[in-house]
Amino acid sequence: MDFVTVTLKLLEGFLTTCEIFFLTLVSALPLGLLVVFGSMSKFKPLKIIVRGIVWIIRGTPLMLQVIIIYYVPGLVFNLPLLPRLIAVFFAFTINYACYFSEIYRSGIESISKGQYEAGQVLGMTKGQVFFRVIFMQVIKIIVPPMSNEIITLVKDTSLARVILVAEILKYAEEFTAYGLIWPLFYSGVFYLLFVGVLTLIFGKIEKKLSYYKV
Amino acid sequence: MAYLDIENFCKKFDNTEVLKGISFSIEKGEVVSIIGSSGSGKTTLLRCMNFLETPDEGKMTLDGERLLQCPQIKKEKESVLRSKRLNFGLVFQSFNLFPQYNVLNNVTLAPLLLLKTKIKELKKSLKEKKKTDKTVTSAYIKKTISEYKEEKKKEIDNDAKLLLEKTGLTDKTFNYPCQLSGGQQQRVAIARALALKPKILCFDEPTSALDPELTGEVLKVIRSLKNENRTMIIVTHEMGFAKNVSDKVIFMSDGVVVESGSPKEIFDNPKSEKLKSFLINLENKENI
Repeated sequence: MDFVTVTLKLLEGFLTTCEIFFLTLVSALPLGLLVVFGSMSKFKPLKIIVRGIVWIIRGTPLMLQVIIIYYVPGLVFNLPLLPRLIAVFFAFTINYACYFSEIYRSGIESISKGQYEAGQVLGMTKGQVFFRVIFMQVIKIIVPPMSNEIITLVKDTSLARVILVAEILKYAEEFTAYGLIWPLFYSGVFYLLFVGVLTLIFGKIEKKLSYYKV
Repeated sequence: MAYLDIENFCKKFDNTEVLKGISFSIEKGEVVSIIGSSGSGKTTLLRCMNFLETPDEGKMTLDGERLLQCPQIKKEKESVLRSKRLNFGLVFQSFNLFPQYNVLNNVTLAPLLLLKTKIKELKKSLKEKKKTDKTVTSAYIKKTISEYKEEKKKEIDNDAKLLLEKTGLTDKTFNYPCQLSGGQQQRVAIARALALKPKILCFDEPTSALDPELTGEVLKVIRSLKNENRTMIIVTHEMGFAKNVSDKVIFMSDGVVVESGSPKEIFDNPKSEKLKSFLINLENKENI
């Protein structure tokens, strides 16, 4: 087992890690917006239901959710098993959409009422007030907590291995069967680099948004 | 009939009656100051006029048009309220500029969004016409709309720049609100409100959030608007300003209009005990 073989194997796993990460991110960001519209709705039943769902999703381990989505349809309803990666994708997206929605909510609620009223008085529609006035301010406020959550997502991808998705950590661990410990540390380097790049990107975004104060 | 007529505005929040039957009228081009201690309902009155709150009772007529009649107003559609709101402009105590837009865009945002709606309507009507009229082609529609859009956009831009000149902010056109002083921000807010050409401009304590040395520049702008014959309603604690600029002063206390009249009548010859003690209190404060 030389360095090159290990690197290639880990890279293969890392590709899956990236896949889970990006797919989750791209779908959970907009889905979270839908969830927050529900949880802040003036229509009480919808609000209660959505907040209940968010409570359940945030209150149980992501690993459990992955297991349930993968096994329950087959065991209970006799449906064919979902492809592993798809099951992971569903579980992660739902889970992260709920977390994101709460971050969105904190951002939306921190915008002063005066901003809404200023938009209203200027004859804007509710949609215009939200997307042209409120939204950009919310984005600025939520960048730091979002970057935190997104960095957590990088590392949460390792939970996918609970249903045997071959992500980087799974490969790294398999090498221990050959008495190799160092690939474990080596896999940590992949995460570190990935998170390093994300940190730089978020720093750039924060800087770019520093031209105005909310 | 007066230009603006407000009849019997009543408003309750939970169990506190904030407005207890407010009635007054304003002529076109008049500047009216509303004074009174805090909690007397001045701000709520302005907010009701701007459709930010719905009064429980009352009627409002502007320029012969019935804008508000309780209780029907509660069932009014959002889009109807929106167009009614445009009759009034409102300048807030806390400016409420949009921080992510520069000064120019703060002023042009609302007119541009309104233009967008207008263009949509124009497109729709042209498309209707196309069905019956052969001379209306798709190319013609496209050309008409793009020409209309260009023209209107230029107009909005020019109007905004004129307004910024008038409020003395030309050199701040591309600055962001966080780079401006409070007085400058409030002047932008005035320009922003004027950009929609409201029939009546309302000010809700426009200088209360400002450092004393910055109030002058804002009051100067408001005074210059008076010279243009704008109809304005100013809720203010600046008695000197109310005295000098207004055509009419309304004194409110505990949700009712206690006294109203010319500045001379109100300040030099107060009749009611409440107004007398309000004015004496203010005077005493100045002597501390």
